[in-house]
Amino acid sequence: MYVKQISVFLENHKGTLAKITQLLGENGIDLIALSIADTEQYGILRCIVPNAQKATQVLRDAGYSVRETQVLAVCVEDEPGGLGNILNALMAADISVEYLYSFVRSTGKYAMVIFHLDNIAAGESVLREKGVKLLDLEQIRQL
Amino acid sequence: MKQAINRIWNPEMECMDIDVRREMQSQKLRETVKRVYDNVEMYRSRMIDAGITPDDIKTVDDLSKLPFTDKPDLRDQFPYGLFASPRKDIVRIQGSSGTTGMPIVSGYTQQDIDDWTEMVTRSVAAAGGSDEDIVQVTYGYGLFTGGLGLHQGASNVGAMVVPMSSGNTVRQINMMKGLGVTMIGCTPSYALHIGETIREMGLDIKDFKLKAGIFGAEPWSDNIRNRIEDLLQIDALDIYGLTEICGPGVSFECLEKVGMHVNEDFVIPEIIDPDTLQPLPYGELGELVFSTIGKQGMPMLRYRTHDLCRLHPEKCACGRTTVRMERIIGRTDDMLIIRGVNVFPSQVETVLTNIRGVSPHFLMVVDREGSTDRLEIQVEVTEEMMGDTISAMQVLQKEIGEKVKSTLGVAARIKLVDPKTIPRFEGKARRVTDNRIL
Repeated sequence: MYVKQISVFLENHKGTLAKITQLLGENGIDLIALSIADTEQYGILRCIVPNAQKATQVLRDAGYSVRETQVLAVCVEDEPGGLGNILNALMAADISVEYLYSFVRSTGKYAMVIFHLDNIAAGESVLREKGVKLLDLEQIRQL
Repeated sequence: MKQAINRIWNPEMECMDIDVRREMQSQKLRETVKRVYDNVEMYRSRMIDAGITPDDIKTVDDLSKLPFTDKPDLRDQFPYGLFASPRKDIVRIQGSSGTTGMPIVSGYTQQDIDDWTEMVTRSVAAAGGSDEDIVQVTYGYGLFTGGLGLHQGASNVGAMVVPMSSGNTVRQINMMKGLGVTMIGCTPSYALHIGETIREMGLDIKDFKLKAGIFGAEPWSDNIRNRIEDLLQIDALDIYGLTEICGPGVSFECLEKVGMHVNEDFVIPEIIDPDTLQPLPYGELGELVFSTIGKQGMPMLRYRTHDLCRLHPEKCACGRTTVRMERIIGRTDDMLIIRGVNVFPSQVETVLTNIRGVSPHFLMVVDREGSTDRLEIQVEVTEEMMGDTISAMQVLQKEIGEKVKSTLGVAARIKLVDPKTIPRFEGKARRVTDNRIL
């Protein structure tokens, strides 16, 4: 149960982020979750949107370099140690977290966190065995 | 891939014993020097200033006594100042606009046209061309020598010529496929564009009959050659020339692809040190200089091309004995000296096209911090280069940086920039911004 994430290369200029979010907005694309990794020169915007294909097309047409990646949308218990439990389970299975970021939205009891793992399939089974709730895109949209 | 066959159009001239050729060159050089001394004021006064008369030029070895000719001379002498034949004997004008806007022209007698045709014919034959072939000429027709030059050569070999001129890629492709075109001539960048467009149109290259291409008028690399050969399933061969000398066909590649054979019975090439202007031995990198021998309308003595390359005299496996020119590595006016090292944009292009997925669109920015030169290379990020992590991008940046350093001999800061942000100019990209105040 993977979720498609899109990543966009952005040079570090004033207003770059405003420009891209405006572009998505104008095309009716909602940002469900996003994170930015950056260096002094450039950044990578990663986001989850309801329709990755459409977003990719819109961004490509506007001249951006876009890449799609599979990630897991994980329901993490919203209490102290909640995230720790999940990370420990992954670590025990020797799965590395390459990056993670949390959702803009959340659901009462759970915090929503996006995980990018070096081995997504193994990660999914580990989390399922632990009884961790994963969401698919449809469920995310419902949040 | 359809097989192109090595054909030598004029074995007598192309495979001539090198001593016999040298004798012939000396003879033709003497005639040319006399012709310009008698007919062209600029050459005569320069030779007088240099204290020499035509009698001082006896063999090819005396060539270095002659003064150089350079592009500004053609502008200053525009339109007819350098013509060595009466106006009534001139049957053709070709020219180029030049980057500064002032035109330069060259005049041809019928003999000059015939000689030029012979030179291009050898190139077409070397690419396997014969009367069995259908040659699509996609170089521009007009004052530019590319279109008419290749047209004449392909006609002379007996091929069926499709004079498309440049532009309208879809129409070019439809004609190529419909007529069963076997050979094509255009710039290497346009050949790439045609190949990519064939793919985008969803056509299968197996349905085309192309076997070889003759590509010139701009510098390219073996990587570009490989891409063209892969896309079009052909042998992609290089051709070199310049309007001042005659046009395409000054030198051309054979199927061995080990440099371009100079048509030495019509031109004498030299390599000089662009700073000291002294001749350099075979094998050394320097500026290419040509003297025409036998040309009537507008002979050129020691014309400085400002193109940098090497010459190799060893006999080629194809059987030709003519000296071979390596690809042009750059222009003397493109050459950057960074921290004392000579650097050419073409080297950066080679490095970038060698790394999978990396965009060949780049800009070199040179600054001086204190007394140290600093080179930054901006590279556009393509989707193939995109990672979703910073570390993946940094690995790529580091790889580019290391390869640049080992190829150029100077370190550069690699800056990744947004796609399509480096300005593109028609055909030729501007690849250098030098901010140093020297």
